[in-house]
Order: sequence, then structure tokens, then C-alpha cells
Amino acid sequence: MPPLLEVKNLETEFRTGAGIVHAVDGISYAVDPGETVAIVGESGSGKSVGALSILRLIPDPPGQIIGGEVWFAGRNLLQLSEEEMREVRGSEIGMVFQEPMTSLNPVLTIGRQITETIEQHRGADPETAHKRAVELLGLVGISDAERRLRQYPHQLSGGMRQRIMIAIALACDPKLIIADEPTTALDVTIQAQILELMQQLTRRLGVALIIITHNLGVVARYAHRVNVMYAGRIVESGSAAAVYHTPHHPYTMALLNSVPRLDRPRQARLDPIEGAPPDLTRLGRGCSFQPRCRFAVAACLEARPPLEPVGAPGQLAACFRSKELAAASGRAA
Amino acid sequence: MSNPPGDTQPPLLEVRGLQMYFPVTEGLIARRQIGEVKAVDGIDLTIRRGETLGLVGESGCGKTTTGRCILRLETPTAGEIRYNGVDIAKLGRRELVALRRRIQVIFQDPYSSLNPRMKVGSIIAEPMRVHGVEPDATKRLARVRELLSLCGLNPNFADRYPHEMSGGQRQRVGIARALALDPEFIVCDEAVSALDVSIQAQIINLLEDLRERFSLTYLFIAHDLSVVRHLCQRVAVMYLGRVVELAACDELFDNPLHPYTRALLAAVPVPDPTVEAERSFQPLTGEVPSPINPPPGCVFHPRCPLTVAACKEARPELRELRPGHWVACGQVH
Repeated sequence: MPPLLEVKNLETEFRTGAGIVHAVDGISYAVDPGETVAIVGESGSGKSVGALSILRLIPDPPGQIIGGEVWFAGRNLLQLSEEEMREVRGSEIGMVFQEPMTSLNPVLTIGRQITETIEQHRGADPETAHKRAVELLGLVGISDAERRLRQYPHQLSGGMRQRIMIAIALACDPKLIIADEPTTALDVTIQAQILELMQQLTRRLGVALIIITHNLGVVARYAHRVNVMYAGRIVESGSAAAVYHTPHHPYTMALLNSVPRLDRPRQARLDPIEGAPPDLTRLGRGCSFQPRCRFAVAACLEARPPLEPVGAPGQLAACFRSKELAAASGRAA
Repeated sequence: MSNPPGDTQPPLLEVRGLQMYFPVTEGLIARRQIGEVKAVDGIDLTIRRGETLGLVGESGCGKTTTGRCILRLETPTAGEIRYNGVDIAKLGRRELVALRRRIQVIFQDPYSSLNPRMKVGSIIAEPMRVHGVEPDATKRLARVRELLSLCGLNPNFADRYPHEMSGGQRQRVGIARALALDPEFIVCDEAVSALDVSIQAQIINLLEDLRERFSLTYLFIAHDLSVVRHLCQRVAVMYLGRVVELAACDELFDNPLHPYTRALLAAVPVPDPTVEAERSFQPLTGEVPSPINPPPGCVFHPRCPLTVAACKEARPELRELRPGHWVACGQVH
């Protein structure tokens, strides 16, 4: 089966006063139908810009997609006209953003925001659209739909607003939903409700999900596959189980070692990653993790390591020493 | 709450029956009070010298207000806050000045808690100026440089502005400022929550080192339970203005007794796909009720899986079910 989405060598940059920021620096990955792929990384790693580039939602200027291809359902999205692209967004690809308060229109009722999407993309008459909106609220677990549809976003709680966002994303039966930090602004019990809901719905409706997050626990619980990003590139990729158990990139290893665990008593001091992420306007020709990497050798300064197959089937890592390191950590464990 | 046997040292801080109600008003010209937000509704806490007490809970549970009352940034509606045996709950402005040299705070957001127009050196020196410590400017600067290097920053950063620094570096400045007056007790209000994973681990280690080096006592307010498990000796869980469970750290995480604590712990995903695959969990339904009109009886009863009729009648008090393990629930034994 061909993948639903295929991103090839995508490159996005921002022109700023301080220079050109290579926010996304040549990333490639694929998403199969119905699959949940997590993109994990820290602030500034390019995880959000990479996903927004798929939908061509990068503000231009200062941003610009300067290279690559995004194949979705047989078309390269980067070649479509703006008109055609508008048909893809919100219809074939749904979106859920971090802050539901800023992504919903404060002066329109919930009902209008859902029916607008359906009328726009499906050409439905108001009555059909309304029926569909009631059905969608039921789907996302909101009771008393008729009353809720007459309310405005400020009358709802954060968790409720995020349910509305999911309802809008699902309104036109998309094949893919891109969720950018969908639960970061929510409390932990509400986060669990929303993530469970997204998992159930994507499974039941066979929708693929790209979930962008910085939370390693969320990835472990919900994702089939994971792409780890650092400084605009994918440094490791593979099934969530493989990447967590036998990480092959020093950044992934360090990231997993630096988080305290809820399920284990305190063992020792945390092992943090020293230093800070690099300045994206001044990337050298070597590996961008090299200045913080405790395994760096001379070769790491010279060239960027390519993303190559390592370890488990489908696992990739961009490190000259990945095989050697994974073997060493395997022996230690 | 009793101290463990053999512990004759009086606690550093004792909170008894602390209440903090905020008025809710209506009307623009003739303002009238229509209710009150019971942000903190009768809590008891004890903090021993040299320990770190974790205070956890979701947004609106009153954990930050509790911290602000202890710092006397708020004057509590009722209750006692005994610091070193002296009730500070009702002290006036003048008497508070002396107290503030001993109790300091580290805030969550390193972007908004540092004055953008002041150089880092002046930010750290300000508490010394205000309190008349180190009136000599040269000595004060030397102390600033010492504090910076203590917090892992280059002493020359004294001449920088906050916008020239990263989030992690700014948080180090916030910590240096808190240490400037040589305090004995620090309220850390979500001190690592805004930071990226790799930077968070660095700051957690710094807080631990400083605690040991200067025999500090921390009240660590946080919503991230994994961080709390790593850093604290005892933990209090708050829900809607009340403490529902309090125990030694490992006891609380390994044997949670209150149904809310259990749900909260289950909602946090662990960064390990194998563990996650085996964990079954049922997300808590519903949302936190309004603190303006809290439910009668046990405030958790509308969301609790163990609710019986009695839970709606009387508010359960904290009971010591196991040595040092206090729970406010009538249904667990």
C-alpha cells in the first residue's frame, strides 16, 4: 500500500534580521493510512514548522518553503494553486492546534464555526450542515449538542474547546489530521481525556494522525512511529518501541535519560544534556548536535551524518557512530 | 500533623486551617459582591527544615495561592502560617520586610518575571539594595558575580539584558536573585515547567545542588508529577482548594490511596512504550467544578468512581491511614 503522505527533503527557512533561520532543513518521512506518527523535539527543533509546511501555512514573508515535495493522495501539495490548497486544508487534512482559544473565532458561535466548514467544503445546505454538526459533537463526547452549538468559545472550558477543534477537524471526513501540541495547554486529566478521544476516533474512522509534541510519555502511549527532530532535521526515526528501547542517536539517548520517571523511585541525579540548542542562523557543516554530544569525534565536525537504516527494521538514525553506540549501550544494559 | 517520633526539631513552617477567599463582584458603577472564589479552603501543611515538600494539582486547585499566602503576597482570609513558630499570617508591611529576607520565590515564567529594561546584574542586586545588604557597590557587584557562577552562568552575564539570554539561562538568573539574600526557605512555583526537557534536567540538578549546599528548604509547587517524584521528600495533592492526600514521596507514588491521586497518576503517560502497552486506564470523566460554588460534601464526589451517598453529605477530613500517609476520603481504608 502506498503511503498516505510522503514528505521528501522538505526545506523551510525564515528570513530574519539576524540572518536566515533554517527552521526545517531537509526532512523526509512517510505516514501510512490510519497510522499515528509522533514528531517529537524541543522548542525550535522545527517540529511545528515542518507540519505547517505540509499545509503551506507558513507566513510568507518572513517564511518560505524553499525545497522538497509533499505527496498526499497522488498530488504534490507544494505544486497546487492557493485555491486548490484551500480545498485540501480543513477538508482532506484536518488540523488541531495547541491553543483552542486563539484558533476558534471568539465572535462566532460554535455551531457556526462547524457548519461553515461543512458548507464551504461540502456545499451542504444549512440544515444538513446543522445535522452533521450535532452528530459531530456526539462523536467528540459533548452532550446537550443543541445548546452547545449556540454558545461562544469563551463559554466553554479548555478541554471542551479542544473537543470542538477535533469536531471541526473531523467535519469533512479527512484522511489525515495534523495535531500540533493538542494538549499542551490542558491539565493532565483533561489531556488524558482528549488524547484517548483522538486515539479512539482515529482508530474507528481510520484517520491517520501526525501528533507534534515535546512530551515523551505521550509518544510512548499513543504513537506507532516517531520522528525525533533536532535543529531542523530528523535525527532518528522508527517504531516507538524500537526508538525507546534501542535508541541509536546520542540525542535520543540523552533525551530519554534526562527525564525523571513517574513509575520509578528516584535513582540518582538526572543526566542532563549540557549546553543549549544551536543558533539556527549559524549552523556549521558538521552534525548540529556535535557541540553537546559526549560521543563526538573529529568526523562529526566535517560533515552531516545522513539518516541511515540502523537497528530494528524501519529504524533510521543520523549519526556516524550509531551502530557502535547502540552495541555499547546494549551490552551495558 | 504530628512529627515522626524522635523528631524534636520544630517544623520550619506550619500551616493550619489556611483559607483564601477572593470576592466575585458584579456591576460597573455600583459594585456588589455576588460570591467568593474559595481558592484555598482550609488546608494544613507542615514543612520540616531541609526538606522539599511537593504541592501538586491541576489548574485552579489552589496550589499557587497557597504559595502566595506563605510568601505573604496575599493576606489569608483565615488560618495560621507559623514560620519558625511565629504566626506570619497577619503581619503588617513593616514586619514583613524582615521575613522576606528569609523567604524567597522562584517563578515559572523566566520571560515575564525579569524586568526587560534592567541588566541581569541589577536584577540580582536589587534585593540586596532594597534590604540594605551589602551597601558597598563594589562588594555588591562581586556578590552578583559569585551568585551568577553559583548558578552556572558566566559572571560577565551581569552586563547583559534578559532578552539576550535563553529560557534556561533566565531561569538561572531568577534563581540567583532568589539566593541573593541568603534565604532559608524558597517557594518554587512551577520553577521548571516552562523549560524544554534537556534544560529542565539542568535546572532540577541546580536546585538540588543549592539545597544541599545552603541547607535550603523548598516548597515545590508543580503540576508535573514526574519532576515532583524526583525532587521531593513528601508530597501533598490538592484538589479544588483542599489537600486530599499527603505522604512521603515514594509511598504516595507507589501506593496512592485517594481516588483523585490514583486518577491523576494514571493519566500521566510514562516514556516507555512497553510499560504503556500494559497499563490500562480509564480517564477521569468530567471537569473540575467551579471553586465559586464547590459541590457539597467531598469536593471530588461528582467525578469519583467510589462515590456513595455519604460523600455528598460531609466533607472528609484528612486521616492518617498509614504512618505519615494522610488521606481525605471516607471510602478508602
